[in-house]
Order: sequence, then structure tokens, then C-alpha cells
Amino acid sequence: MSGVQVSTTVNGDVEEFVCHPGETLLDVLRNRLGLTGAKEGCGTGDCGACSVIVDGQLMCACLVLGAEVEGKMVATVEGLADGNKLHPLQDKFLEHAALQCGICTPGFLVAAKALLDDNPNPTEEEIRYALAGNLCRCTGYDKIVRAVDAAAKDLRKSAGRKSSKKSGK
Amino acid sequence: MVKVSLSSGFRDAADGAASVEIEATTVRELLRLLLERYPAMERHYDEGVAVSINGEIYRDIRDLSIPPDAEIFLLPRLQGG
Amino acid sequence: MAEQSYTDQEFKVIGSRVRRPDGIDKVTGRARYGADAFAPGQLVGRILRSPHAHAKIKKIDTSRAEKMKGVKAVITCDDLPDLTGGRGPNYDILVNCMARGTALYHGHAVAAVAAVDEPTARKALKAIKVEYKTLPHVTDVDAAMAEDAPIVQPGVEHDGKPSNIVNVSQFGHGDVEAGFAEADVIIEKSYKTEQTHQGYIEPHACLASMGPDGDGELWVTTQGHFTFRTVCAQLLGLDIAKLKVTSSEIGGGFGGKTHVWMEPLALAMSRKANRPVKLVMGRDEVFMGSGPTCSTSMDVKIGAKKDGTITAGLATLRYQDGPFPGPWGMLGGMTAWACYDLPNVQAVAYDVLVNRPKVAAYRAPSAPMAAFAVESTMDLVADKIGMDPVDFRLKNVAKEGSKAAYGPTYGPIGIEATLNAVKNHPHMKAKLGKNQGRGMACGFWFNFGGQTCTDLNIGTDGTVNLTMGTVDVGGARASMSLIAAEELGIPYEKVKCNVGDTSSLGHNDTTEGSRGTFSSGMATIFAARAAVEVLKQRAALMWEIDVEDVEWEDGAAHAKGIEHSNLAPLTLAEIAKKSPQTGGPIAGHNEVVADGAGVSFASHICDVEVDPETGKSKILRYTVVQDAGKAIHPDYVEGQFQGAAAQGIGWALNEEYVYGEDGRLQNPSFLDYRIPVCSDLPFIDTEILEIPNPNHPYGIRGVGETSIVPPLAAIAGAVSNAVGVRLDHTPMSPPRILKAIHDANGA
Repeated sequence: MSGVQVSTTVNGDVEEFVCHPGETLLDVLRNRLGLTGAKEGCGTGDCGACSVIVDGQLMCACLVLGAEVEGKMVATVEGLADGNKLHPLQDKFLEHAALQCGICTPGFLVAAKALLDDNPNPTEEEIRYALAGNLCRCTGYDKIVRAVDAAAKDLRKSAGRKSSKKSGK
Repeated sequence: MVKVSLSSGFRDAADGAASVEIEATTVRELLRLLLERYPAMERHYDEGVAVSINGEIYRDIRDLSIPPDAEIFLLPRLQGG
Repeated sequence: MAEQSYTDQEFKVIGSRVRRPDGIDKVTGRARYGADAFAPGQLVGRILRSPHAHAKIKKIDTSRAEKMKGVKAVITCDDLPDLTGGRGPNYDILVNCMARGTALYHGHAVAAVAAVDEPTARKALKAIKVEYKTLPHVTDVDAAMAEDAPIVQPGVEHDGKPSNIVNVSQFGHGDVEAGFAEADVIIEKSYKTEQTHQGYIEPHACLASMGPDGDGELWVTTQGHFTFRTVCAQLLGLDIAKLKVTSSEIGGGFGGKTHVWMEPLALAMSRKANRPVKLVMGRDEVFMGSGPTCSTSMDVKIGAKKDGTITAGLATLRYQDGPFPGPWGMLGGMTAWACYDLPNVQAVAYDVLVNRPKVAAYRAPSAPMAAFAVESTMDLVADKIGMDPVDFRLKNVAKEGSKAAYGPTYGPIGIEATLNAVKNHPHMKAKLGKNQGRGMACGFWFNFGGQTCTDLNIGTDGTVNLTMGTVDVGGARASMSLIAAEELGIPYEKVKCNVGDTSSLGHNDTTEGSRGTFSSGMATIFAARAAVEVLKQRAALMWEIDVEDVEWEDGAAHAKGIEHSNLAPLTLAEIAKKSPQTGGPIAGHNEVVADGAGVSFASHICDVEVDPETGKSKILRYTVVQDAGKAIHPDYVEGQFQGAAAQGIGWALNEEYVYGEDGRLQNPSFLDYRIPVCSDLPFIDTEILEIPNPNHPYGIRGVGETSIVPPLAAIAGAVSNAVGVRLDHTPMSPPRILKAIHDANGA
């Protein structure tokens, strides 16, 4: 069969697979690697439900070919929690009821992580624009924005504790 | 005697009447007697009817007693989304 | 129905904002939706769709596709014999799933294939040769009603002639002509709303598996797996009990997943290939081949006295149903005037066929459009007589004892409360700046009950399994767990709620009509009470006393009476632990036809800023006030209000189906069918008015739908006030706003 051999890292694990040349990263994640967290909402990069982070950059997995992640670091929603310890974003989404049907939630969590990795203290406007590539039809985004804001606060607090530990305060 | 008002879509089947008088104590009995009097109502029953008793709409339940002097309305069986 | 009504009932856990039981799975990506199931040997299904808006299908040649390597089944309508008798709603569903001789809209399914992988399936579709003879088409509702319109369904007649008008309904009372004669002021205006889609982010998806013995399994994203089972069984000639349907998690439905669109095709292909078939719609297929809502054309006339009393209201509504009849125009006619107490009122509603997809329900179906027309006209009348729009509505508001325009007399209802809440809301006093405008509007919706079953089983460690049959669209499992915990007197964390598949329970109606919490809540209460009776009996056995001397309180059995004062209470866990020796597993079960869900009202306020150069609108502030019954989980009630408002905002400002002259849908993608994104919206304020429903033990009302009804008119009012011109056509997209400003300036 004609296929492309790919070796990549997903959520810290080395993954090797063979895929069709035209197969998207989304198809690979879902159909070959058993990572169904990323969802296909549109297949054309308009809804963000398939959001992943590749080498630190937020992307729609449906717009990336499986072959393109050769040698790269891919992060999906499945890698967000630390074992059974939820990431503050996941925790705050639950606390603030920031999901109803939940189909867009993995995409939002990844996009929000990308935002906070880049900007740990975003304003409401910055949060809204950073998440503008993720569609939600259930919530009206209200509780999602509140959850991201709360998670950002949490992360800043624990980062503050870490740095004050470091400096011996 | 119970006065049953009919939603406009049902009136044709009841010879054009906007309301009919039926002697019935439950919704089930009322619908049965209405059908006996106006067999043409069968088509509407198949499509589904809802019954309003004193303003409260009941889509499916039939074994309800009809309170005295109740206002009864026959409506199409509605659906939501 | 209700043994006790909720008024001033004090709850222990109801009303607390607990974390939902399916939450962890949904934030970790573990939750499984329609496309997240995989079966060994599964095939990939794909559907071939008509490129024409209206065409005779002269011939379908599938021979090349059938011979292709890797293609395991190819089907056309010949593989779906008609078992419905050739008429009725299920026949329409059958024809909509796959065309029978005529393609009725752009995107109508004409054939389908199942192959070993996606590339092979797509190649196979290309290899199918369909010979079409195009026919004249019509996609506009008014054009479809014209004398010379192309006829969509031969056999449909109106006034003795072939027609696309498939139904006319009338609602109202009094004498509108006499009423208008009494009026000091009359406003008459026409409106249009374009077609929109529910826009759920998860496309339709299923995994079907059928064996040669006629037994089948279907994993599917759906609002009603029991309904899907019944319809699929009928269409395929299966015994209902032999088709097991499991509802996946659902990624949004809003009415669009209440019916089958392609699931019978997956089952038919699986039967033919004797292998599981996974069938998932692409986003373009969702727009073209599932069930959007209607586009409409409406005329409204209101007459009023100078003091604000409305003397007459007349609405003529034209709704298109797609190519098959539906109740959509009728529902518009029933809801149009529902908020008001009018002595002379009439709504005439047309259901019209066009060459567009088959319309399905969209959250309070048909009500938003009628409300857009009526509420906009209310604003115009208020303005003409110089009265505040809220006061004008209050002057004519429906109350207990008012005769609804759709017929019955109202019992206690909440619209006046929502209007008063709006009148006194701080939002109304906020200052507006340049190019900013404020609008407000009311909305009404029925709520429903329906067939519901629940099973409650107590484990020997005192933890509880609750199995319900209504699909959880937005958090119902949390609410049901709260209800079971409340009734049993145990902590919320001890209850685990699941949605059972169709082989686990009796029939459960679809989750629509805002019925989920109301119906399953009722069934859960009764199932829990049944379990409590068993617990009391077991305690009586363990104590060797009469069961009449046992009462249940705070999660434990207590022995009544002085002679039993030596008996310490037995907790649920203690009784459960001994259950193997007292009679076996302890359970409660309930089948109920929940009914009397009560009607619901909402009033919204909206502030908008419009850029006069680009016509772009920005929502500055939005407030939802809605009468709910008891809010079992306030976060999820608020979520329903906010989500419905957001959908209404999209409907009002951006969303529409764009059809070309060729009758083809031009924008079947999220790029060009623009739903609101995070940066489009502000925080949405909500006020829950807990007005109890006397027909429910906890006073629960349906809440999910009503708040999609006011936004179109509330936003139209805000935009119109911002630009000084009344907008009468949704969506009020930038080109429409600019054109309205331009036309008003007399250029």
C-alpha cells in the first residue's frame, strides 16, 4: 500500500504510524491513535473542535496532514491532565458549568491552554478574541470566559507560589 | 355535559362546529364519544391531538377526570425542539 | 398527578450547583459522541446527494461502484422497500432519507455506499452514474404560493388546484374588523426571516450493525433513541425489540436530532454487507441534508387606542416546510399572539412546500419568527402613541383568566412577572451612547411532558444507580441525581445516573419540548419514592415490626412510637447491606406519562451599537428574564437562557441559508454560515423567576426553549433604535442594515 511512515510525539509519548498522504492529523489522531478527544465539527478549519497544539502553536488538526507532524510535538486534550490530576482549566470548566453538550470543550481547553501559555493574564477581550476560533452553540460563551479567567487566576497564583518558593521567601 | 372547543383545523371534521357538547367524565371517554359522533376526526387523531383542561395542555395523558365546569380545548399535538 | 405541590418547599440538595457526573469525561476527551465508536470490520458509509434543486431521477447506474475493490454495499431506494403504506410522516421520512424517483432539493440523498475506507467510499460515489432531468424549482416561500409556481409535490391541492400550500390554519377569537374600526392608531407591516440551522457542532453520526437474523444495533447521536428505534424498525421491517439503539453523548441537537436523516441508510447498508457501517455527515451535508428551520414571510396589523389598549391584532404568516408538510406554520400561528390578552385577534398561517431541505424543529419551533413580526409591530404602535414599549406590553399582557389567542384560557402564568422584572432591571436605566440603541421583546413557548421511564437500583453499599431514558442534552444527569438524592435523603455523590439504551427501559419520548428535566424528574421522584417504600419494608423486617410503624427521614428508616424507641435508625446503606437476606436487590421503578408541563414566558433586553459606515452591529449588553419553575441546578438553567439567547442573536444578525438562482445552497459551511463567536458576545445576564408549576412535585417547568423566542425582535428593536430605521428582515446583516439606512435617506 502507498503510505507515509511518520514518527512523532503526542502528549509526550512517541507515536509511529503509517498513513495515507492525504490523511489529516485529525483522522490520524482519531482513527489510528485512539485519541478521539479532538472532534470533527466541520473538516474545514472553521469550528476549532479539532484544536491541537503543534510545536507550541495552536492549530486545527483538520488542516494539518498526518505526515506534516513528523518529528514534531503534538499536544491534545488527552494530555492536559497530569495523570488523574485535572489541569486548572478542566477544573474550572466543571466548576463554572462551562459546558453543556461538551462537544466543543476539548477544542476550547486546548485553545485556552495555548492562550494562557502565551499570556497568563489576559483581559476579558483578550480571552474572547483568543477563543474566537472555537465555536460553541450551547453556552453563549459566558461561562466559558468566566472559567478561563478563573483558571488563569489559579495558574498565576500557583506560579507565584512556585517562584516565591524558588526565591526562598 | 362538557363543552369541547375545537381548534380551527378540526372543525371541518365536526361539520364546521367550533364547539360541541359531550357527556363525558374522563378525557378518554370524551375523545371516544367525539370520534363516534364525528368519524372524520379519525384522521386528526392519527396525526395526534392534545387536550387543554382549564388552560393546562396535556399531550398524551387520557385517563384524567374532567373537573366540573372545566374549559376543554382540543388542539393539535404540538412538538418542540 | 402531583401528590404535593412545590410552594415554599424546603430542599436539602436541590438548587445546589454540583459538578455534573459526565463532566470529567467531557473535559478529558473520554466522552464518546456519535463518531467516537468503532467496531471491528466496520465499513465507512458515504451518501451521494443530488446536485439539483428539483429533478426527476431517470436512472441510477451503480454497477461500476459495486464492482470496485473495497466496496461492500451500494444502495438506492430499491434497497428500501416502502413498508409505510405510501403515506404519512414515516413515508416522508423514508423519502427524505433517500429519494424515490425525484430529487426534491439540492443535497437530497439519492444513493449510498459502504466501503473499507474513506478514500474508497468517495471514489465509489464518483463511480455512480445518475441520469437527472432537471425540473423547475422554487425556493422562496412567497414565490411558491404564486399562481404559476413550480409544484413541489404533485397531489397537493389548495382551492381545488395543484398548489404548494399544504395547510392553512387559523387561530383567534372576536371580530378583528370591528376591532380595527375602533382603533385610534393602526400599524401594518410585513416581515421576512431567512432560513437558519440549529448549528450543533457535532454532525450527525452513527454506527449501525445488522446481522442476517434481523437483529440490529445502532449507536447514534440523537435526542431520542427510542423514537429512532421505532422509526428505523418500521422503515426496515424489523421488530422493535430486536433493534437496540444506544444514545451516544450528544453534541447539540436543539430539535435537529429529533428525527432520522440517514440512520436507516446505515442500517440498510450494514444489512446488505453483513458488516458494521459507520456513517458520519460532513458539515456541508448537515446544512444540506438535515433539518433547518423555516424561512418566513409575514404580515402583521395591530390597532390600538390612544391609551394603549390594543383593539385588534391580525397576523398572516407564511412558513416554508421544505418538500414535506409539517406543523410549522401552524405552530407560528398558535404562538404569535400568546403573550397578550386581546379581545379581537386572528392568526392565519400557511404551510408551504419548497425545494429546500425538510424542515425540523429548532428550539421553540416557529415561535421566534412570529414573535419577531408581532413584537416589532408592538414597538411601532407604542412609538406611534408615545408609550413606553414595556408599559404598552404590560397594558395588554396576558394574565390568569385571559383567553389565549390559540384557544384555551390561561391559568396562572408568568409573563407579567417577567415584564415587571425587565421594567425594574438596572439594564433599562443604563445610559446609551452614539449609534447605540436598546430593544426589548417578549416570547412564549409551550413545554411538554411525555412518556418516561426510570429505574433506580440500590447497591449493597448504599450507592444508587439511576437509569433514565431521556437523552441528556445539557446536564440532566446532574439534576436527576440531585432529585434522587433529595428523595432518598442521601448525598448527591452517592447517586450515579446513566442514560439507558432502548433494551433497558420502556419507551421514552424524545428530549424535545423542554421536557427532559420535567419528565425524567417526575419519573425519578416516583421511582425514588417506590424505592423508599421497599426500604421501609426491609427495615420493618429487620426490626420485626409493622411497616406502618416505619417512617423515612434524612436518608434513614425510623421506628415510630414509644414502644420502638430503643431501635436506632437504619441508614439506607445499612438496609442495603442486609438486602440479600431481606428479599434481594432493592429497587424503585416508574413509568409515567408526564404531562401538564405548563407554558413559559421570557422577556429580554438588548443594547446594540451599529457602525453606520459598515452596518456592523455589536451586542453591548443582553439580559434574559424567564419564568422557570424550581431551578434544580441553577447553573444549567442559566446556561439554557444564555445559549438560547446566543442562538437568537445569530439568527437576528448573521445567519441565513443563501440560495442561488439555480436553487443550490451556496453557503453550507461554518465559514459562510456565520454563527456567533466568543468575541461577538458580551456576558449574558440572566434572571430566573422561580414561579412554581403546580403540576409537578417540585414545581419544575421546562426551561430550554423559550429564550430563543424574544431575541429576533429585541435585537431588531435595538438596531432600529440605533440607526433610526425599522429593520424588518432577518438576519440584520451589515448589507441589510446599510441598505435600510440608505433607502431611508431617500437616496
